[in-house]
Amino acid sequence: MRPFDYVRPSGLPEATRQARAEGSAFIAGGTNLLDLMKLEVMAPTRLVDINRLDLAECASLPIGGLRIGALVTNSDLAADERVRRDYPLLSRALLAGASGQLRNKATTGGNLLQRTRCYYFYDTSAPCNKREPGSGCSAIGGATRLHAILGASDHCIATHPSDMAVAMQALDAGVEIETVEGITRSVPLSDFYRLPGDTPHIETVLEPGDLITGVVLPAPVKATQIYRKVRDRASYAFALVSAAAVVAVENGTIGSAALAFGGVAPRPWRNHHAELMLAGERPSEKLFEAFADEVLGEARGQGGNDFKIPLLRRTIIATLKQATEESQ
Amino acid sequence: MQTDLTINGHTYALNADQRTTLLDALRQHLGLTGAKKGCDHGQCGACTVLVNGRRINSCLTLACMHDGDEIVTIEGIGSEEDLSALQQAFMSEDGFQCGYCTPGQICSATAMLEEVKAGWPSHVSDSLDGKPRLSDEEISERMSGNLCRCACYPNIVAAIRSASEASS
Ligand SMILES: Cc1cc2nc3c(=O)[nH]c(=O)nc-3n(C[C@H](O)[C@H](O)[C@H](O)COP(=O)(O)OP(=O)(O)OC[C@H]3O[C@@H](n4cnc5c(N)ncnc54)[C@H](O)[C@@H]3O)c2cc1C
Ligand code: FES
Ligand code: FES
Repeated sequence: MRPFDYVRPSGLPEATRQARAEGSAFIAGGTNLLDLMKLEVMAPTRLVDINRLDLAECASLPIGGLRIGALVTNSDLAADERVRRDYPLLSRALLAGASGQLRNKATTGGNLLQRTRCYYFYDTSAPCNKREPGSGCSAIGGATRLHAILGASDHCIATHPSDMAVAMQALDAGVEIETVEGITRSVPLSDFYRLPGDTPHIETVLEPGDLITGVVLPAPVKATQIYRKVRDRASYAFALVSAAAVVAVENGTIGSAALAFGGVAPRPWRNHHAELMLAGERPSEKLFEAFADEVLGEARGQGGNDFKIPLLRRTIIATLKQATEESQ
Repeated sequence: MQTDLTINGHTYALNADQRTTLLDALRQHLGLTGAKKGCDHGQCGACTVLVNGRRINSCLTLACMHDGDEIVTIEGIGSEEDLSALQQAFMSEDGFQCGYCTPGQICSATAMLEEVKAGWPSHVSDSLDGKPRLSDEEISERMSGNLCRCACYPNIVAAIRSASEASS
C-alpha cells in the first residue's frame, strides 16, 4: 500500500474541501477501497474518513419514500423494517451480496461506487483503460467470463458488480450529492453512472470533492418485488447475471413493470423502452420472450461471456413469470 | 500516528503507520494473534473480530479508524478455563481440524447468533418478517463469509446449532 495522509473532517463542507484535491479519496466502509489500495490498483495520497459524519440515518419522508444516509450499512439497510416491508427487493438484493462481515462494514455510498471486479483492472501488470487511461483493454480478446454483454465499448467491457444498485435502479432511486460549493443536488440513479465510451475511467457524474450524502427511494408502489441472482456458487459470490423486478398485475393485465439487470453491463441495466411493451398486456410466455429479446437486442458476447445472453434471457423470463404469478 | 484502541476491555496505545490494518495492528503490534490472516482481502473470514458488537473483517479496515470503538477478539470471548458456549460446542462437535479458521468462525458465529436474535433475515429466509428460524441452511448461509480449508463445514454447522439450541 502506498503512503497517504489520513484526515477526518468534522462536517460536510470540510469533507468536500478535503476531498477536492487530486489524489484524495473518501473512505467509508473501506471494503473495496482498501482491497484495491493493497494491490496498488488505487493509490490515493489522502484518505478522507467520513465515518464520523452524520450520514447513518434512514428517514421516512413526509411525502412518502425513504431517505437512506450514505453511511447506512448494507446490514442495517437490509434489516430496516421499512425496507423489508416496502422495498423487499432491496433487502433481498443486499442479502444476496457479499458476506455478513462485509455487509456490516459496506455502506450505501460505498456500495454504489464499488469498482469493477474485472481481472485485468485488478492486475497492475496488465493494460487497463479504466486503471490507466489509454493503456488498452486486456479483457477484449482475453478472459471475459465476468464481462459485459450490454453497454460496453471498444475501450472497456467491464461490468458494475453491485447487487444493491440493481435493486435501487428498479426502484427509481435518486442519489443525493453535496458539492464543494455547498450545493445539494439530486441525480436519478439512471443518470448517475456513465457508460464507458472512450473514457472508461470516468464512471459516474461525480465531480472532484462531490460527496454522496444519501439515496432517496420514492414512495413504495403496490407491486410484487423480486430479486433473482445467478452465480457460480450459492453464497458469497458476485452475480453472473441478476434481475430486479417491480411488477404490478391488476385484473389480469400488467399495470406497471420496472426491471433492472446486474452483472451484464457497466451499470445496473434498465431498458425503459422495452418496459413499455409490458404495460397493459396480459402476462404470457410469449410476451416475456418478446420483452427479453428487446432487452437483449443489442447484446454482444465477447467469447467467454457468450453464455450470459441466453442466461439473462432465461432469467428475465423466469423472473417475469414469478412476479406476474405472485402479483395476481 | 497514535491511536487508542479498546480491545477486550483494555486500552492500548498503538503507534503505527496509518496503513496498518486492524488485523496487522492486533497481530503484529499488540500481540493478539488469535485473529488469523488468510487472504488479507475480505474473502475468507479468518480475521473476523467484533467491533461494537458486529462482526467485521479486520483485514479490510484501518486501525486508525477505530479509536473509541469497542473491539473484541477471540482472546476476549473465552479463556481456557472458561470457554464460551460456542467454543465448548466447537470442541464437543469437532468443529475444526487444523484450527486456523476457528477463531474467525467463533467470532463470526458469536455475532451471527445476535443478528438472528435481532430478527435479521438472510438470503435463504423464506420471509423477511423478522422471525428467522435457525435451520442448517440458515446457518450455512449466514456463515458463508467464513471459509474452512479443512472443510469441517458439517461439524461447524452442528456446533453452532447445538450452541444456539442450548442458549434458547
Ligand atoms: C469478498 C467480497 C465479496 C463481495 N461480494 C459482493 C457481492 O456479492 N455483491 C455486491 O454487491 N458487492 C459485493 N462486494 C462488494 C461490497 O459490496 C463493497 O466492497 C462495498 O459495498 C463497498 O462499500 P464501502 O463502504 O466499504 O466502500 P469503500 O471501500 O469505503 O469505498 C468505495 C468507493 O466509494 C467511495 N466512497 C465511499 N463513500 C462515499 C461517499 N459517501 N461519497 C463519495 N464517495 C464515496 C470511496 O472513495 C471509494 O472509491 C464484495 C466485496 C468483497 C471484498
Ligand atoms: S484475512 Fe480477512 S477475510 Fe481473509
Ligand atoms: S479447521 Fe482448518 S481451515 Fe478450518
